[in-house]
Amino acid sequence: METMSYLEAGRAALSDEMSADPDVWALGEDLGRGGVFGQYRGLAEEFGPERIMDTPISEACIMGAAVGAAMMGTRPVVEMRFSDFALCAIDELVNQAAKARYMFGGQTRVPLVVREPMGMWRSSAAQHSQSLEAWYAHIPGLVVTAPATPEDNYRLLRAAIRADDPVVHLEHKDLWPVEGALERTVTPPGAEEFGRARIARQGGDLSIITWSAMLYRCLEAAEALAAEGIQAEIIDLRTLWPWDKATVLESTARTGRCLIVHEAVAVGGFGGEIAATVQEKVFSSLKGPVRRLGAPRVPISYAPPLEDMVRVGTEQIITTAREMMHAK
Amino acid sequence: MNDDTETPRRHGGNGIGPERLLHHYRVMLLIRAFEETAIRAQKNGQVPGPIHPSIGQEAVASGICGNLRRDDVLLSTHRGHGHTIAKGADPAVMLRELLGREGGNSNGKGGSMHIADFSVGMLGANGVVGANIVIAAGAANAIRLKGDERIVVCIFGDGAVNRGPFLEGLNWARIYDLPVLFVCEDNSYSSTTVTANMTGGPGPGARAGALGLPVTELDGNDVESLDRATRDIAATIRSGGGPHFMHVHTYRLAGHTAADPATYRDRAEVEARWRREPIARCAARLIEEGVNETTLAAIRRETETAMAEMYEKALAAPPPPQRRAFEDVQDIGDPRQEAF
Ligand SMILES: Cc1ncc(C[n+]2csc(CCOP(=O)(O)OP(=O)(O)O)c2C)c(N)n1
Ligand SMILES: [Mg+2]
Repeated sequence: METMSYLEAGRAALSDEMSADPDVWALGEDLGRGGVFGQYRGLAEEFGPERIMDTPISEACIMGAAVGAAMMGTRPVVEMRFSDFALCAIDELVNQAAKARYMFGGQTRVPLVVREPMGMWRSSAAQHSQSLEAWYAHIPGLVVTAPATPEDNYRLLRAAIRADDPVVHLEHKDLWPVEGALERTVTPPGAEEFGRARIARQGGDLSIITWSAMLYRCLEAAEALAAEGIQAEIIDLRTLWPWDKATVLESTARTGRCLIVHEAVAVGGFGGEIAATVQEKVFSSLKGPVRRLGAPRVPISYAPPLEDMVRVGTEQIITTAREMMHAK
Repeated sequence: MNDDTETPRRHGGNGIGPERLLHHYRVMLLIRAFEETAIRAQKNGQVPGPIHPSIGQEAVASGICGNLRRDDVLLSTHRGHGHTIAKGADPAVMLRELLGREGGNSNGKGGSMHIADFSVGMLGANGVVGANIVIAAGAANAIRLKGDERIVVCIFGDGAVNRGPFLEGLNWARIYDLPVLFVCEDNSYSSTTVTANMTGGPGPGARAGALGLPVTELDGNDVESLDRATRDIAATIRSGGGPHFMHVHTYRLAGHTAADPATYRDRAEVEARWRREPIARCAARLIEEGVNETTLAAIRRETETAMAEMYEKALAAPPPPQRRAFEDVQDIGDPRQEAF
């Protein structure tokens, strides 16, 4: 066991996979100098410029080249810098990477990973703050991961690189400095990492389903609720496709209350998918309506007080949980 | 034999010799027969989706792909039947794909617009104009990483030069000196539009040149010059010479799709272009080379018989079983376990 930041865990995962497999390489802007957040620091020195490849500001080509290189038997790791910029490469991801295996009848696979730093981070405003995980979860062919802890960033990124499917790996920018314990395993994490949620806190009164940075707001809320005698169970989903229905349904059936919390816009968000599934499968066990918290359908502001208007906060989670407990 | 001007044309020199010409004649006839069969099959209601025939553009496919090794890589477009056949794919299998049958290249899951045969290095046609350019660049990155001597050929239409990936992909291939031959197959039209009306500046070659790529401009209906040029260019690329750009001028003799009567253009224009189509030109050159018309007629008959047989067989192939709809999506989160 060692202690590492979320950022270092990502770097360690890539470094370990690159050491294990010469077909693994990474490409993106500014990687040669460590990447814009330092997630690649030292890797160019260790693996050389051909495997930690500096690219022009050509997102479509970064992603498209990765598709071509993946179909040729290598395992590219694409760095998109900010998840918002992946929109410049959406054809390459959605129409090409996600479809090639299918439309070519299984003649090929596209084993690439797209690392997309996501989410709200220090007044980054409307074009550098978005959480678009629901878009990717919507696309057949893609795997979607959204780790909340250093350990999960390490395990899920390694597993993503080893997977034969295109994986969108969403790293939350606000989590870069978060520290946690992890084991740099010799036996690499594999397919069992996906679709397996983690119960981050046990509780019998209500189930709170969340992922990525919102995990920490939910844990804070659970702490406060516990002081009032409300025991919230916190489920960190870890991956959105596939997502761990069994754990969510078991928990919600047991507590009878389900609250979904995510940073993304609530309208059309992945919370809606979870809410629909819960009511379809365990309706009779529910003690009240399934609730969800997400951002209002407004772009994200620059000025901190305005930015805070769209941020789901701990207080909001506490209030909603209380309402759910006292309904009826 | 003392006629200096005649000799080099007949034996190497400028010409490529009757044997190679005959090879191209066969391949071009096969492509033409395939396209005509596909159009007929569609008229008969046997091709469920759109097809984009390459009638009139066969020399580009044969002249260029005829200079590739089996393990060289090809990326093509929605108008990709000819390229795919010339790269060595089996037209019988392709025909099954167009008809949406089991035993097609992708068991009927891709159809004409996504025709692919990875066993001959044909990594796919593409339904998105210009998308293959960046994929080709990355295929070349992989070749470089693996230290192979293969090259990548990426064929796209004149319409693709107005899409962003054109700039990104050519620049990319240049800065990394990648082994890619980019071919702009200029048939004057993008769908119903005269591409020149939508293209600023002096055109594709100048754009590629401005990005630092060497540019070769050729008559795309002259299989001989295409063959000769590609042989040299491919050798240069293979030996580390970096990317190259070919702008080849041809003409789309049929409609944009098999269902397009192309009434937006003059009949006279099309008739004039029919007089310059590549297969008859190749035949004329073969006669000049001393091959007799009986031989050529025999090749034509053979091709037609073979294609008729493939068509019959394709029609007899079963549709794909329904379970195929759920196959080849993904391993993790496989829809065969959960699709909802
Ligand atoms: C990005 C994109 N935009 C539009 C289309 C629709 N479309 C299909 S083929 C075509 C014309 C393409 O012209 P060109 O590149 O010259 O190829 P050609 O059809 O002449 O072979 C268009 C507009 C598409 N497939 N992809
Ligand atoms: Mg065209």
